[in-house]
Amino acid sequence: MWKWLIPLSVVPVVGLLAYGFRTDPRAIPSPLVGRPAADFALRTFDGNAVRLREHRGKVVVINFWASWCHPACYDEAPALERSWRAYRDREVVVIGVAIQDRDDASRKFISDFSLSFPNAPDPGGRVSVEYGVYGVPETYFIDRQGRIRLKHAGAVSDDLFKRQVEQLLEEAA
Amino acid sequence: MKSYRRRLSAILGLGWLLAALGPPLIGVPAGASWAARPLVRVAAAAEPPGETALSPSLPEGRSAATRVPEAIVHEVASQLRCVVCQNLSVADSPSEMANQMREIVRQRLAAGETPEQVIRYFVDRYGEWILLSPAPHGLNLLVWIAPALAVLVGLAIVASLIRRWTRPAHPAPAQPVDAALRERVRQELGQRR
Repeated sequence: MWKWLIPLSVVPVVGLLAYGFRTDPRAIPSPLVGRPAADFALRTFDGNAVRLREHRGKVVVINFWASWCHPACYDEAPALERSWRAYRDREVVVIGVAIQDRDDASRKFISDFSLSFPNAPDPGGRVSVEYGVYGVPETYFIDRQGRIRLKHAGAVSDDLFKRQVEQLLEEAA
Repeated sequence: MKSYRRRLSAILGLGWLLAALGPPLIGVPAGASWAARPLVRVAAAAEPPGETALSPSLPEGRSAATRVPEAIVHEVASQLRCVVCQNLSVADSPSEMANQMREIVRQRLAAGETPEQVIRYFVDRYGEWILLSPAPHGLNLLVWIAPALAVLVGLAIVASLIRRWTRPAHPAPAQPVDAALRERVRQELGQRR
């Protein structure tokens, strides 16, 4: 009995370890994907109002970021700005939401990367909780019908942005 | 070889026990963290000046006017996982995110929601991952059963080893005595008498 018990005892432990090492800890599935995106209204750092509902019919990309999120937010900021400039005339909207950040630090981040798409703070974290954000950066791609189609955890690249937005643009409004 | 096997068995037995008891004792990392997060709270005075013209965290037509006992807020918050922490509840975490989540819990309770509805609100947005104690159904049952099973296996291994180690050694089986030798012993004993 002992002859088999010892090797058999190791099997579940090894299996558990193998599962743990093969699983991406960032890939926590969001229950929001496929569901209508919650409406919100924020005031941007420039003092303008931005409301999600007003962009119905367009492809909307919501990016949650923070100036202390280094290096991921610093890596993706130029890519987001480039992508926004490339798609802004094709009914694509990018909205940046700064969470858990100081106002001066957020403004410096926006200035350093010359971000021209609307960026707003999230007082009280209400919008980030509404979107089930558990870290930064996180980006949500919303289709023309206002449904969340993808939640991406981690830095957004030019390729990822292009791939997702092109796919959503191809779909009928 | 026997000694090596005993040691290995003892280690495995202890391993099973630790596997069962370890996570609550040493703390299991909670969820993912892919960006450095500030460990200090953002001071309330540094709150960004922007305002939400629409507060999506409150149900429409409800306001957070009622005062809610802090014990109820704590009870609900203690069931929710702090999303930026390691194995801490929203009630226990000093992080800014947990602070914001506690405030949302407070506001929703004040708006007339039951504790179950508030918890459902967070589960709807974060999934069951947000619950510190996963609901005991489906695959989640493994989380509840595995520790007890590991304790039983560990105890069985340790008990079996203790029984082996404390068992009195078997007397050596009697060797057949040569008939001539027996006769010689008998004669010598007879002469002494």
